[in-house]
Amino acid sequence: MPQLEFLIKCGVYGLMGLGIIAAVGAVLLPNLFHAGLALAFVLVTIAGIFMSVGAEFLGMVQILLYVGGVMTLIIYTIMLTGRLGAKDVRAQNRQGIFAAIAAGFFVCWIGPLILKTGAWPQRESDSAPPLLSVEDLGMSLMTEYVFPFEVLGVLLFAVLIGAIVIARQDRPS
Amino acid sequence: MIIPLEHVLLFSLILFAIGMVGVLTRRNAIGILISIELLLNAVNVNLVCFSRVSEDPMAGQMFAFFVIALAAAAAAVGLAIVVAIYRTRNTVQTDEIQLLKW
Repeated sequence: MPQLEFLIKCGVYGLMGLGIIAAVGAVLLPNLFHAGLALAFVLVTIAGIFMSVGAEFLGMVQILLYVGGVMTLIIYTIMLTGRLGAKDVRAQNRQGIFAAIAAGFFVCWIGPLILKTGAWPQRESDSAPPLLSVEDLGMSLMTEYVFPFEVLGVLLFAVLIGAIVIARQDRPS
Repeated sequence: MIIPLEHVLLFSLILFAIGMVGVLTRRNAIGILISIELLLNAVNVNLVCFSRVSEDPMAGQMFAFFVIALAAAAAAVGLAIVVAIYRTRNTVQTDEIQLLKW
């Protein structure tokens, strides 16, 4: 169905545009709380892109873990550390022009490289069903990738303890 | 892929550049962390889209999983450090934290 495919294309490009606009907001907005909300929007658009390229489970993980977990953490920390959007506090340091030049140079360097490489792999049949089911992912996680998975478990445990120890109030001894 | 791979790569390149500007210019430590999340997400978009067109689609998605988990870990520890610094120094502006003298 060409019409449906066209609509999906429009949707994906729209998501990309919205994501870039929201990313600019997340970087430049002076009020950090608004920047956090813009970041949440970027994360949702990226989850949409994941789903459109056939990684549905990863898109759901993105929404649950990022928009649900990390964003809650960021917003709590913004509220805990105060000085929210005070008028006299500059949001940016004085290196803005240099950072913009560096980023522009980066884009102008890599972008033409991406466009000039003509031989990106393409998959022909696109309305094909998703390549990977959740079952495949789980099986792979428990067989081929079991070592990094276990290491990640140990790391998350260390992070759990470390974050509590670092953020804990020092008891007067 | 429903759209050409180049366009997705350009999208993630622009996202990465925006995040880079944020890391370099934000004064607030939480703002820097937000920008780092943008960088990691740009990389994830690349991984997932390459997994869609590659011969072994599992590898890219697995890497994206691990990147997401590590980003969550980095955010947890980073924000804990921000809270601890706010307790001791009463500021989170990175240019007001001058503990290292030389």
